[in-house]
Amino acid sequence: MTIVELGLPKRLVEFTVDGQAVSVPEGATILDACSAVGKEIPTLCYGDTLKPANACRVCMVEVEGSRTLVPSCSRKAEPGMVVHTDSERTRTSRKVVLELLGSATDLSTTPGVAEWMAEAGADPERFGPPAPPSDDRDDALPGEHEPVDGLTAATVRQPVKVDNALYVRDYGKCILCYKCVDACGDQWQNSFAISVAGRGFGARISTEFSTPLPDSACVYCGNCVEVCPTGALSFKAEHDKREDGTWDESAQTETTTVCTFCGVGCNLTLHVQDNEIVKVTSPHDSSVTHGNLCIKGRFGWQHVQNT
Amino acid sequence: MDLQFLDAKATFEERAAVDALPEGAARDQLLPALHAVNDRVGWISQGALNYICEQLHVPPADAYGVASFYSLFSLTERPERVVHVCTDLACRVNGADTVCDTLTEHVGPAGKARGGVTWLRSPCLGVCEKAPAALAFEAGDPAGSELLAPATGAEVVLAAGRSPATEEGAAPVLHQTDRESLKLLHRIGAVDPESLDDYRATGGYAALRNALQLGPNGVIREVTDSGLMGRGGAAFPTGRKWEGAARQPALPHYLVCNADESEPGTFKDRVLLEGDPFALVEAMTIAGFATGATLGYLYLRGEYPRARRLVQNAIDVARERGFLGTDIMGHEGFSFDIEIRRGAGAYICGEETAIFNSIEGFRGEPRSKPPFPTEQGLFGKPTVVNNVETLVNVPLILTSGYAAYREIGTEKSAGPKLFCLSGNVRKPGVYEVPFGTTLRELLELAGGVPEGRELRAVLLGGAAGGFVRPDELDLPLTMEDARAAGTTLGSGVVLALDDKADLGGFLLRIASFFRDESCGQCVPCRIGTVRQEEAVSRIVGGRKLSTGADDLALLREVGQVMRDSSICGLGQTAWNAIESAVERLGALDGAES
Repeated sequence: MTIVELGLPKRLVEFTVDGQAVSVPEGATILDACSAVGKEIPTLCYGDTLKPANACRVCMVEVEGSRTLVPSCSRKAEPGMVVHTDSERTRTSRKVVLELLGSATDLSTTPGVAEWMAEAGADPERFGPPAPPSDDRDDALPGEHEPVDGLTAATVRQPVKVDNALYVRDYGKCILCYKCVDACGDQWQNSFAISVAGRGFGARISTEFSTPLPDSACVYCGNCVEVCPTGALSFKAEHDKREDGTWDESAQTETTTVCTFCGVGCNLTLHVQDNEIVKVTSPHDSSVTHGNLCIKGRFGWQHVQNT
Repeated sequence: MDLQFLDAKATFEERAAVDALPEGAARDQLLPALHAVNDRVGWISQGALNYICEQLHVPPADAYGVASFYSLFSLTERPERVVHVCTDLACRVNGADTVCDTLTEHVGPAGKARGGVTWLRSPCLGVCEKAPAALAFEAGDPAGSELLAPATGAEVVLAAGRSPATEEGAAPVLHQTDRESLKLLHRIGAVDPESLDDYRATGGYAALRNALQLGPNGVIREVTDSGLMGRGGAAFPTGRKWEGAARQPALPHYLVCNADESEPGTFKDRVLLEGDPFALVEAMTIAGFATGATLGYLYLRGEYPRARRLVQNAIDVARERGFLGTDIMGHEGFSFDIEIRRGAGAYICGEETAIFNSIEGFRGEPRSKPPFPTEQGLFGKPTVVNNVETLVNVPLILTSGYAAYREIGTEKSAGPKLFCLSGNVRKPGVYEVPFGTTLRELLELAGGVPEGRELRAVLLGGAAGGFVRPDELDLPLTMEDARAAGTTLGSGVVLALDDKADLGGFLLRIASFFRDESCGQCVPCRIGTVRQEEAVSRIVGGRKLSTGADDLALLREVGQVMRDSSICGLGQTAWNAIESAVERLGALDGAES
């Protein structure tokens, strides 16, 4: 859900999407406009509570007169723009971008992506069988890589990082959407515990000198987990249940309540499975949290179950 | 900002290096700070990074992300002496592999420290006219450097075993002896690049004097009417860019001179920087005057130590003599100064918005456009970014007048143009010709391919450019003719390959280059360049996937999506040269089963 701030009245911008006339307030993006008219455009790095990072390029659309395709999540609508969301160029781009992502990354826990792939006819395996996992991706040097024979497709597969009791980092699933970095940094938490390190295919989310989380500036707010679109970051409880094969989203209920730890009044959504809290999130449209919580709200729920 | 640090302390030397930065330094001094430590100690330790972060108030994870972006920095301990051996296009054609083999035999494998030295394979060092090249750095106070070009394996092994003699290699030499006909290069090798008096005696600072009389709008009018187009590759009209920035109400305005010449095969800007540094200083001053910028950044690639020394000298001398600073040339109220920012080994930082992030102390990732730099550029302010060669045309326009300038070249491509001739030609070097000269004429100036060989192809425009066949040499070198022929002049690369050249290996190097130099920000480029390299490697090596996939079809599709959906020009052009080799040379024929 998009949070719309009600400021001064805005002019309306009129343009067309796939031949349909659309009118949106000045400042709205093409993606906003598409949502408004019920046109669904897949996105991965787009965050409803974050500034567009423009990185995944899944939401590319064609704007007449533009040399390249444009990211609908960040390109603002302009009067008279003629946008195509389903042209041959956009379809090819979406298919290949999804294939590239799927060939390099484990998308098994990315909601929505399997359907998009099927719809686009994406086949990540056509780039070859995945290369074996690597245990030294954190040391990848910028501007250097080993010669390749092309018989396997390079991937970001690597061991899962479990170095604390609260959340797990499985960077074999990371698509480098920048959302965790933005949530940890100046957009929400101001902890700056993580950044993108390295470059090119060696780029990865990292703490300072890839130090374990307990030694880093991490304050365990879990806001990075909240915004992660692929499950590369997951709560330890969820991770363990997935490992056991006992994680069952269809059997979960969600109840939104108010956090009792302090007086701020953050909304908590308790995800409950078999009468046990398995995860705590916060509604992104909450005017108090915008989806963010602190360590207590996010992780301090064990006492509820101490019966 | 409440920062948390790992428990590591800086040594005396590391602290001293950082303390030498200007007082009150902020985040935009991050790159200089990393250079300071890397220069003095040879690598950047946890303690040093902590100390830098404390001084500049930068979060350590953030600074780690920046430091690990650049290939000239090391975040693990390494010897004080590091030798970079160029293995890029022109050096490859001229025996870089042999140099590497000799080093492996006598010094050990690349990247492994032995006897106080380590050597690394490097992308283009920008001395293609003297290929193959190697550049040695030695950490210390002061740090030393030594350029070896052309170099034999034995010479590089010798250099690896001694302290650099702070020997910067020979000054650039021109093969065009008729200086009267040269408009941009006429001082190269003819005047002392350290002497402002020499510069003035050969017409220097007449253009700035004219500019001050014309006023900012007058200068922009002259530049617009001259038809000058950017020489960095994109060919945008310079006057329009200047006007766009000049009329922005937000202050201050900035000027950035893009001297991060890293396109493999390009070295024209280095020749200008080393041979005529005052011309660039004067040109930047004129650009600052016209666009209302009071500070200009010269973003210089880190692999050009000689250029750095000579341009720094030119800036210092110009300031002493009143050609920079306040009330320049007695013109009250006109202030302008220049600061050099040294790149640290990242091709992407030559992209016009990545350069802003790099100067500001962030990862050199391109920004999304719009907004365009003339509206929101460096530090979010209106900014003009111009290439070195573009700027050096400006004094010529202001001394000869726009009409005379337009006489040179063709109607749509006005002025003189510099080309970088390298590869299999007899006299590699920078050549100045009017736009419209044919490729054949240009190759003849450089003596053509060596005796007894035949031309196989010419790479025009660099790794992001395209190939031209021997039967297409009558192509007039103009922006419009290149475009019509489905290629580009790019940054002026003309790299000749003869019949003995290993075209497959050459294409593989281009693919490998783009993979290495991708910033990694967007998916089409970050993963697309990898898949491109893998497919080229299969084709060149005569291998096939077990699925029997059609590798050319795969390349075409990935190439199209890199071009359509990448954030910046790097990803958008990463398929150009390989595509043209496929389409025009049939270079990867045999891939389709």
